[in-house]
Amino acid sequence: MSDVAISLSTGRRLAPPLGLGTTLVLAYGIVPLFGTEYLFDAILTPFLALSLAALGLNILAGYAGQISLGSSSFMAIGAYAAYNLMLRVPALPMLLDLVLAGAITAAGGFYLAVSTLAAQFFVPWVLNKFGWFSNNDPSGVISTPAPSIGPVVFDTSRGRYLFCLVVVTAALLLAWRLVGSRTGRNFIAIRDHETAARIVGIPVLRTKLIAFAASSFIIGIAGVLWAFAYLRTVEPNGFDLDRSFQILFIVILGGLASLRGAFLGAALMVTFPLLLARAGQAALGTVFDSGMLEMSQRILIGLLIIVFLIYEPAGLAALLDRLRFRSARA
Amino acid sequence: MSRVTKLQRLAATVLAAGFLAFGQARADEQYFPLQSYRVGPYAAGGTGFFGGFIDYVNLINIRDGGVNGVKLTWNECETQYEVERGVECYKRQKSHPGVAAWNPLSVGIAYAMIDDITEDKVPLITINHGRTASTDGRVFPYVFPLLLNPYSETSGIVNFIAGKLGGADNLRGKKLVVLYHGSPYGKETIPIYELLSRKFGFSVRQIEVPHPGNEQQSQWLSIRRIKPDYVVLRGWGVMNPVALKTAVKTGFPVDHIIGNVWSNSEEDVRPAGAAAKGYIAITTQASGAQYPVLQEIVKTVYGAGKGNLQDKNRIGSVYHNLGIVNGILNVEALRIAQRKFGHHTLTGDQVRWGFENLRLDEARVAVLGAKGLFHSINVSCSNHEGDGRVTFQQWDGAKWNVISDWISPDWALLRPIIENAAQQYATEKGIRPRDCAAEQKS
Repeated sequence: MSDVAISLSTGRRLAPPLGLGTTLVLAYGIVPLFGTEYLFDAILTPFLALSLAALGLNILAGYAGQISLGSSSFMAIGAYAAYNLMLRVPALPMLLDLVLAGAITAAGGFYLAVSTLAAQFFVPWVLNKFGWFSNNDPSGVISTPAPSIGPVVFDTSRGRYLFCLVVVTAALLLAWRLVGSRTGRNFIAIRDHETAARIVGIPVLRTKLIAFAASSFIIGIAGVLWAFAYLRTVEPNGFDLDRSFQILFIVILGGLASLRGAFLGAALMVTFPLLLARAGQAALGTVFDSGMLEMSQRILIGLLIIVFLIYEPAGLAALLDRLRFRSARA
Repeated sequence: MSRVTKLQRLAATVLAAGFLAFGQARADEQYFPLQSYRVGPYAAGGTGFFGGFIDYVNLINIRDGGVNGVKLTWNECETQYEVERGVECYKRQKSHPGVAAWNPLSVGIAYAMIDDITEDKVPLITINHGRTASTDGRVFPYVFPLLLNPYSETSGIVNFIAGKLGGADNLRGKKLVVLYHGSPYGKETIPIYELLSRKFGFSVRQIEVPHPGNEQQSQWLSIRRIKPDYVVLRGWGVMNPVALKTAVKTGFPVDHIIGNVWSNSEEDVRPAGAAAKGYIAITTQASGAQYPVLQEIVKTVYGAGKGNLQDKNRIGSVYHNLGIVNGILNVEALRIAQRKFGHHTLTGDQVRWGFENLRLDEARVAVLGAKGLFHSINVSCSNHEGDGRVTFQQWDGAKWNVISDWISPDWALLRPIIENAAQQYATEKGIRPRDCAAEQKS
């Protein structure tokens, strides 16, 4: 862990220049041209939304060393805040809604910092209890309008993907600047040795609160993407403890204190079950029913997580780094 | 390094197998994508319902060779009742040719699909549940909350209680408590109970049980103070048996508790043991295996070793029979559409026409071997629910027994509220309602 921290604290080797450039060209240029609707709607859009949520959690858990089990409730706050802003202040442009939703979530994160697990139960209850949040819809499940920037409405699957991509890129840039800044280094100092950090004059409480706020800000925006670009409906039950754990697993599998890790972990958590489901159905669909298949997949994914934790505790990001290092040497 | 290459090889194998997963449908097949849930907290409902549906489709294939020679196919995609898995399944299954209709049996998944299936022009069936406003087919052309929407269910329960009391006039001054699950589903009928209480002059108290509902002491103590004449249980999952047990503990008579359609299965009462004896629940389809269609399924499908339920004791249970009724409605809609469009694979839009002309009177239901299993259905362009009748069943400790006639909800009273809600949706979404009268003529 310490070598990771050292390389990060310089703030330079965060994003590999070549890898990032290629990825961006691929994501903005190639994929939108050749992707299918299934690829956009079922894989890339949820991948981007979950990556962003994991990125937010990583700032808190990976960099600042604070654990949080309430990520999905913060996603819910973001989604409902954006919905109500659009509904009640229609004059605001969508992008501003997005930022405000993030800010509202950040305020939530600021005050609920210590009690993230409680927030996980409290927030969905409040959203369900008071009809105002869902515009008194009799069934409490909201249909969301299509995302838009100015006059451009993203109402196709490709459009929604691009919308997510733009937002995620912007948030990534923000996170990258943050962890490279003095505050970002304070995060790491507190994580590695809180007492030492206090002695050298880092305002511990304030820094921790900033970590909570920044992390919630990003998670809130991820919630907006999840609801508006991916599911296109919002219901409080969708943001349960399971989702919080999913995000935490993404961070652990991808690599703590690594911006890339969030994306690698999300890629694994989103695509691996799908590939496994398809392969299983193709190979054994006639032998087992879908319930059996599902159970076997769960066991396999569980095993995979254990294998990763034992052989690669620093996550996919470290694995990838080592691979690159080796291929460069060869 | 070797670890990595192994991983890579595994990934490649998985990928290749994944891309091979889709076979091509041959000519004259009609495909049912099933977003089923056999895993997770709602597996009891999922295995019964989808098991019943598959059993009926198998019966049609084995006994009749399909519908007029068109073979019925399906495959399952596990959702665990989770919305995002359901969405992924939808995207995965929609590319299969010859999709007839979607049957997710989940409000959340259905909501997430409405825009897409409307664009695809393929019907979405939400039997006994779903968005009440979608009853108005002028605004929701492709959504069908068949047999019973939540408002009709509420009205049916109140009409049943009126019958127990000897007429609607006797409702005046009576006290009703609705114990509802703390979720969008649970809250959906609050305004309708209020409306009916004003109309009939009874008082109603609606008490929430927070999800999942495994602790209800305080709610039942309130009920004890209120001393209602009847309690309506609008529960879900573990909340139902806990309610029954707590009722017994606080001394409330179980035969004055009326369960709604998601509190009416064997899985809801068995865990409560003796406490459930005497409990009454609404249903659109009677339980039991004595109906001819079930007998044929037992003989033809289970006899050939192709039955879908692993536990044969569940044949004829509430969810299994709901799946069979759902199968009947889907297959008959297909048959009706084939009469107009020809005996071959139909498009989703053509099947939609079949559902909008799905009229099964009691005689036709009897021919299908389902007399007494369900009453009748009468779907039209503007009424996508189809005026389903309800009946009431009482748990005797081992099985459900039907204790009432087929009761009609008060559709005329509910229709304006439904049209208002649909109109609001149309305005929000910029939809221009269809002109059903003009379509009928053309």
